[in-house]
Amino acid sequence: MANTPSFVRTQMLDPKDPPITEKGAVKWIRENLFSGWLNSILTLVSLYVIYWVLAHILPWALGGIWNAESLSECREIRDASGVGHDVACWAVIGARWHQLLFGFYPSELYWRPILALILFGVAIAPVLFDTAPRKLLIVTAIMPFAAYWLLWGGTIWGPIVTALGFVIGWAIIKYGSATLGALGATIAAIVVPLLYWLFVAGAISGALGSALPIGIESVASDRFGGFMLAIVIGVAGIVMSLPLGILLALGRQSDLFIINKCSVFFIEIIRGVPLIVWLFTASLLLNYFLPPGTNFDLMLRVIIMVTLFSSAYIAEVVRGGLAALPRGQYEGADSLGLDYWQSMQLIILPQALKISIPGIVSTFIGLFKDTTLVVFIGLLDPIGLSNAIRADAAWNGIYWELFIFIGLCFFIFCFSMSRYSMWLERKLHTGHR
Amino acid sequence: MKKSVLLGTLAVAGLAAGAVSAQTLDEVRARGALNCGVTTGLVGFAAPDANGEWEGFDVGVCRAVAAAVLGDSTAVNFVPTTGQTRFTALASGEVDMLARNTTWTFSRDVDLRFEFTGINYYDGQGFIVPRELGVSSAMELDGATICIQTGTTTELNLADFFASNNMTYEPVPIETNAEGQQQYLAGACDSYTTDASGLAATRATFENPGDHVVLPEIISKEPLGPLVRHGDNEWGDIVRWTLNALIAAEELGVTSANVAELAAGTENPEINRLLGSEGDLGGMLGLSSDWAVNAISSVGNYGELFEGNIGENTPIGLARGLNAQWTDGGLLYSPPFR
Repeated sequence: MANTPSFVRTQMLDPKDPPITEKGAVKWIRENLFSGWLNSILTLVSLYVIYWVLAHILPWALGGIWNAESLSECREIRDASGVGHDVACWAVIGARWHQLLFGFYPSELYWRPILALILFGVAIAPVLFDTAPRKLLIVTAIMPFAAYWLLWGGTIWGPIVTALGFVIGWAIIKYGSATLGALGATIAAIVVPLLYWLFVAGAISGALGSALPIGIESVASDRFGGFMLAIVIGVAGIVMSLPLGILLALGRQSDLFIINKCSVFFIEIIRGVPLIVWLFTASLLLNYFLPPGTNFDLMLRVIIMVTLFSSAYIAEVVRGGLAALPRGQYEGADSLGLDYWQSMQLIILPQALKISIPGIVSTFIGLFKDTTLVVFIGLLDPIGLSNAIRADAAWNGIYWELFIFIGLCFFIFCFSMSRYSMWLERKLHTGHR
Repeated sequence: MKKSVLLGTLAVAGLAAGAVSAQTLDEVRARGALNCGVTTGLVGFAAPDANGEWEGFDVGVCRAVAAAVLGDSTAVNFVPTTGQTRFTALASGEVDMLARNTTWTFSRDVDLRFEFTGINYYDGQGFIVPRELGVSSAMELDGATICIQTGTTTELNLADFFASNNMTYEPVPIETNAEGQQQYLAGACDSYTTDASGLAATRATFENPGDHVVLPEIISKEPLGPLVRHGDNEWGDIVRWTLNALIAAEELGVTSANVAELAAGTENPEINRLLGSEGDLGGMLGLSSDWAVNAISSVGNYGELFEGNIGENTPIGLARGLNAQWTDGGLLYSPPFR
């Protein structure tokens, strides 16, 4: 006789909640923070440290005084309000934020650097986001000259005539190859624009300027300062050092003896010497070599040095990417009958650069932060300006407030750069390699 | 080939730079502005205000020279220079003059080939200590920790002072004045030493200045003054006598308020010569006859410049001390305008 069960459940029971200690926040806390007596003690100590730090910083920062004319007024307001502890005097930021951001740029012209920054955002969009319309690339090509014109002002013909040099070079490559051969066209595309810039461009822009004076108020370099200076130097360095660095990396990989040795020499010399030395070279040594009266702008000298410096680092980062490519990629490109530039452009570089993205971006972040070194050659970057602001009798003695503001601004820039690089990496799937 | 061209250009340029011309005055006139090297910021002496206008005691000297040469005290490009870049900026011609609290020393004058054109502030190195330390003289600082800016003459002076008095100290190296203030207030050192003018300015920023005392000993001579390059004596004369004009104006009672009135002519022939209503001192300098009038009316005489920027009614609150006229027991003594 079979055992008939006395009761068979015909309905499934709803699953019960797990015990309170095994779910949700409690479980997470138990597992991560209090999983043993040692971890529990460490957690409590850490919590206390965090509390202690915040208890000191938050009242200071949040209770800060925003409306005052000087540090002593800040202190009077604080004493009058009866808070027992020290409070921040953010009023210095309120009074001088425009200097920290724009330096001594004329305040009625602030729209120009702002517009230049917005245009820059538009111009790099097609480079950064492949969903952006391709036509925006025209803006990208125009941008360097437009930015120069917007920031420094003056006649519009200078940047236009300079841009014409690049058009000449491009036209020679495009149409001259047939008659001159590839090598001849490449050399001509470098030499002819150089000659044009050195000897012809100045006269043309001068003539055009006097015939058709279109221009905006010009602003001298010594009016630049603060974050505007840091961004101009940083962005110019970044934009120019990437192509230069790629060329150097290719040069170092090249079989041509002279090109190879020149690239190696350049990279090792530049990397072997600290940036601050190059900046002193730009600021001090060049002065002695240039004829007196030549006005070779200090900012321009600094931008050139910063560009050369970071291009050497970029070159090594890119070389790492090139070396990581399997030999077969090179051979495959050769077997397709592509010439050197075609194989680089279509096969090698897209893959090599993809691998190099994290290194390139971290070089750029480093470069951007290194722009603060210009304080040592007397350019008023944010750090230099914080010194100048403290030299005002009203704000002498202010310390942390300025540095916190500057640090926060730098963090925003650098953090967004690193986020962008992570986004780019995910999009390009470089991780699987 | 390009490299050899470049090197050739550099060599020629280097030779040309060696013979920096004797026409600074012409260059300034052609440019329409004076390039004046100042500090990147020192309380009371040079600092940009909220509008980016430079102000201060040293800045006043630049403005006076610009007013004397160009008739316009705003025609100045202020070039901020650091302790490292200041001398190269002057030697290479990037600036026409330095007015950057620079101590007149033998080696700077002779070896670096500069010409100090006078002294606009007699400074000296001092010490500040917390009152609760109970120290009343620098001679009691044996064994103290002392905050000191590295790479300056103050560091050497400090070592000399302690060695010659057979005392020891422990240096706490700092980089900038602001850092020095923070370290001193945080108790990282018993005493902070720098120029007495800097100490006064520092003390004025403290919450309770009364809790800190500046010790009476001044352990070094720091005569600060404007300087120009060797080799252009005409330009050096202009800077020297502009400064002298400011000093003499105070001695003679000429102020920015009454200079226009006095320039019409007075009983005092020295004032008349200074202000150009008698003789042609301006012409001898290659300037217009009202050069001193322009300088004095734009920045005031030496006393006004002092009181307006670093004097007792400013937060810095420096007494005239050595910087009083010789008639008041100070060291300011302008040669006669004759």
